[in-house]
Amino acid sequence: MAYDRKKIEELIDGTIDWETLHRMLSQPKDPERFQLYVDILQERVHFPETILLPMGLHLYIVQKKDGSRVVKCDCGHEFCSADDNWKMYALIYVREDEESLNELYPKLMAPDPSWQVLREYYCPNCGTQLEVENVTPWYPILKDFEPDIEAFYQEWLGIPVPEPKK
Amino acid sequence: MTQTFSIEQNFQGVKLGDQALKKHRDHVMTQTKATGHYAGIEHFSLKTKDPILYNKMISRLRAGVVHARETAKRIAASPIVEQEGELTFTLYNPAGDALLTSTGIIIHVGTMGAAIKYMIENGWEENPGIKPGDIFTNNDCSLGNVHPCDVHTIVPIFWEDHLIGWVGGVTHVIDTGAVGPGSMTVGPVQRFGDGYQVTCRKTGENDVPLKDWLHESQRSIRTTRYWLLDERTRIAGVHMIRDLVLDVVKEVGVETYLKFAYEVVEDGRRGLQRRIKAMTIPGKYRAVSFVDVGYNHPDVNVPPYAKLNTIMHAPHEITIRADGTWRLDFEGSSRWGWHSYNAQPVSFTSGIWVMMTQTLIPTEIINDGAYYATQFRLPKGTWMNPDDRRTAHSYSWHFLVSAWSAIWRSLSRAYFARGYLEEVNAGNANTSNWLQGGGFNQYDEIHAVNSFEAAAEGTGAGAVKDGLDHAAAIWNPEGDMGDMEIWELAEPLIYLGRNVKANSAGYGKYRGGCGFETLRLVHGAKDWTMFFMGNGYMVSDGGLMGGYPAATGYRFEAHKTDIKDRIEKGEPIPLGGDTDPDHPEYEHFMQALEVKRDKQTMTTETIFEDYDLYLNYLRGGPGFGDPLERTPQQIEADLQGGYLLPRYAEKVYGASIYQDDQGAWRVDPVQTKKNREKIKQERLKRGRPVKVWMEEERAKILKKEASLQVKHMYASSFQVGPRFYEEFKAFWGLPESWSLTEEELGISSFGQKYRMGVEQLPDVKPLVLVEE
Ligand SMILES: [Zn+2]
Repeated sequence: MAYDRKKIEELIDGTIDWETLHRMLSQPKDPERFQLYVDILQERVHFPETILLPMGLHLYIVQKKDGSRVVKCDCGHEFCSADDNWKMYALIYVREDEESLNELYPKLMAPDPSWQVLREYYCPNCGTQLEVENVTPWYPILKDFEPDIEAFYQEWLGIPVPEPKK
Repeated sequence: MTQTFSIEQNFQGVKLGDQALKKHRDHVMTQTKATGHYAGIEHFSLKTKDPILYNKMISRLRAGVVHARETAKRIAASPIVEQEGELTFTLYNPAGDALLTSTGIIIHVGTMGAAIKYMIENGWEENPGIKPGDIFTNNDCSLGNVHPCDVHTIVPIFWEDHLIGWVGGVTHVIDTGAVGPGSMTVGPVQRFGDGYQVTCRKTGENDVPLKDWLHESQRSIRTTRYWLLDERTRIAGVHMIRDLVLDVVKEVGVETYLKFAYEVVEDGRRGLQRRIKAMTIPGKYRAVSFVDVGYNHPDVNVPPYAKLNTIMHAPHEITIRADGTWRLDFEGSSRWGWHSYNAQPVSFTSGIWVMMTQTLIPTEIINDGAYYATQFRLPKGTWMNPDDRRTAHSYSWHFLVSAWSAIWRSLSRAYFARGYLEEVNAGNANTSNWLQGGGFNQYDEIHAVNSFEAAAEGTGAGAVKDGLDHAAAIWNPEGDMGDMEIWELAEPLIYLGRNVKANSAGYGKYRGGCGFETLRLVHGAKDWTMFFMGNGYMVSDGGLMGGYPAATGYRFEAHKTDIKDRIEKGEPIPLGGDTDPDHPEYEHFMQALEVKRDKQTMTTETIFEDYDLYLNYLRGGPGFGDPLERTPQQIEADLQGGYLLPRYAEKVYGASIYQDDQGAWRVDPVQTKKNREKIKQERLKRGRPVKVWMEEERAKILKKEASLQVKHMYASSFQVGPRFYEEFKAFWGLPESWSLTEEELGISSFGQKYRMGVEQLPDVKPLVLVEE
């Protein structure tokens, strides 16, 4: 079943009532959700580019006027081309000693840095923490998500990918 | 001569003899491969012709399977089965593919199916023969079983003289006679210490267990009473389901039943494809998880070649195709090792459905159709597909639950992008600690314990709310911590506390669920040992979209305490939680000859005497989103409920906190906002461009600067994952000459070069159900 715009706004804001949330979890999905969701997000951001796909809590793949696709933070910061890995253009802070890890957890409850480190990725403009990785030293930076936007819009949603705005 | 196949051939029972069963399965597999539809079913005949009957059959059989589980459960005495519900019953078609399953540890949909398929492929039909009333028992890990303590009872179903299916029942038994007591012991490094294993053995005829089996099996394990009652539970359940199937056949006719038995699998296959299209986004998803194996420690008593610190590595790449099928590739995973955390491909592929029923396919019809809609690649030689028949598996879950936690993150990125925020889950907790041990209990009987308090860990945070506190475990979605009173009856261990574990959850805009901790006092035990099992040096889950991973584990144990004297004198003793391990308090209320407080969360048997202490800490779940976005009200609630230590409210959440007149914690929203701006400025100052940081990290790699366990993980992954090796080198821009091998690490070479798989045994035809 479909939900009204207000319910989806509440879902985004985390203020939705349990009854509706439970219904969302237990009943078949509402296929119109994506459009409504993207419309709400588009209205909330302050940049002019068209959101094609939300990538994360503050990240979007957007389409610019010239048709190019980039990853943007909702503060307006542009990371890179949509094909690239945004993390490579973020600021990184690595917690790799007991002291910096103890700022997060009691000592016995923190990873041992000779086994595992914490990598925090920040937006270089607004300082939001966009991702945290807990990996061994030397670990390559993974590209988490490579969506097939064409197949998603055309084959799954049955709608064309939005045209670049003139 | 070319054989012609008809689909209809698949819908008949099998009259055994002349390898009829093997030919039948070959036929089903050939048609599946040729058409892309299970058993060649391109068009449903029963489902289309009589959808009401089809759905009625689903409801009736499913209800019957669930009912059998609920009824049979009452026979068991083991709290693992009776309290925690660690049992499952599944109905199979003649080819060994699952139609329907009960609730419970549904990883066994596939493992029992693999046992049936093994019997089919290896000619059980001729020897030992398959007859009405036969009972087969299996718990062999080399056939795909998760670990030896999951014991399967499998019976064939005959209609007149045709085999029309199978029923399997599994319980998690409390002990299987491994080198150490408990169902998932630490210590076995080879199969030969992993516990008593039987390979699809005929253990009963005419519905009655055979005497040689009963006598032999009781001598091979520690907890005989639980063992026998567990077996009765399984037999009662499978017979109830067999009777139900025969009743249904009487009503609808054998042809209709068999049509159903294949169509429902194809239906399950299409169902998964539909669901993937309805909920995700096509594309590629990547994530990785790790977990520690800290065996180079005096408290881990294993052979010298196993005394090694190493790390489980499980990277995945999920490809969701435009047609709604998907491929899960685990290239780069580390090699199997000399510990009991290895897994077989079937336990890996089947176990994933336990997780998926909690997210992607929360449906009653979970069957082998999902398997046929999925392509798995588990490279040969990795910990999830060992190429050696000596591997131990008694706690496979240690690696499995850790590896799967990353899959939550990948799926959650899809749900998030699609707007189905209600489905987002940052991951599952490491489902430990496992309090295990044995000896003579408070009733003067030989006994073993495995506390399933681990069935109630914190769950991962979502995109709209916190994770659940001390609530569930990935392997059994019905998880329950069990009543203290029941555990005290089952274990010579008195509760001195059961509390929320503060700071165990990953922080975030929405935090993970917290775990809990129980302090146990040994009482009434004789010749008693216990040990610890869980993650300690590493955390196996991961935060999502700015959230942090959960805390790691640690251990606390105290020996030769003065608690008995203190109780007699009426003096205070340690009670409640180990609330702030940076400022421990238990030690203020006792004297002990030895206290162990460290990150060594894997140990082998340690002697415990009455009035010794053991802390059982059950882990929390990972967080979602930047913690600076958590509301002041939520932080107040965390502080009030004991979920968060005050200093971390300040450091992690940037909260400005104080206590009001009544002593209640409050957060000042105005000052908090200012603190958070300051923290963001600090981030911008301390954060460095990734490409600058990479140069430094690269220099460390060139110099091979890392701990031995980290290097061992990479070396073993490079050996069995050549593509991972190439990608690693390309990412860091390493010279062609750079390599890292196990040989150069100066550690024991056991397993590096010489290996021998089970398929090299005479007359063994292994099942290969994944891409290798
Ligand atoms: Zn930003």
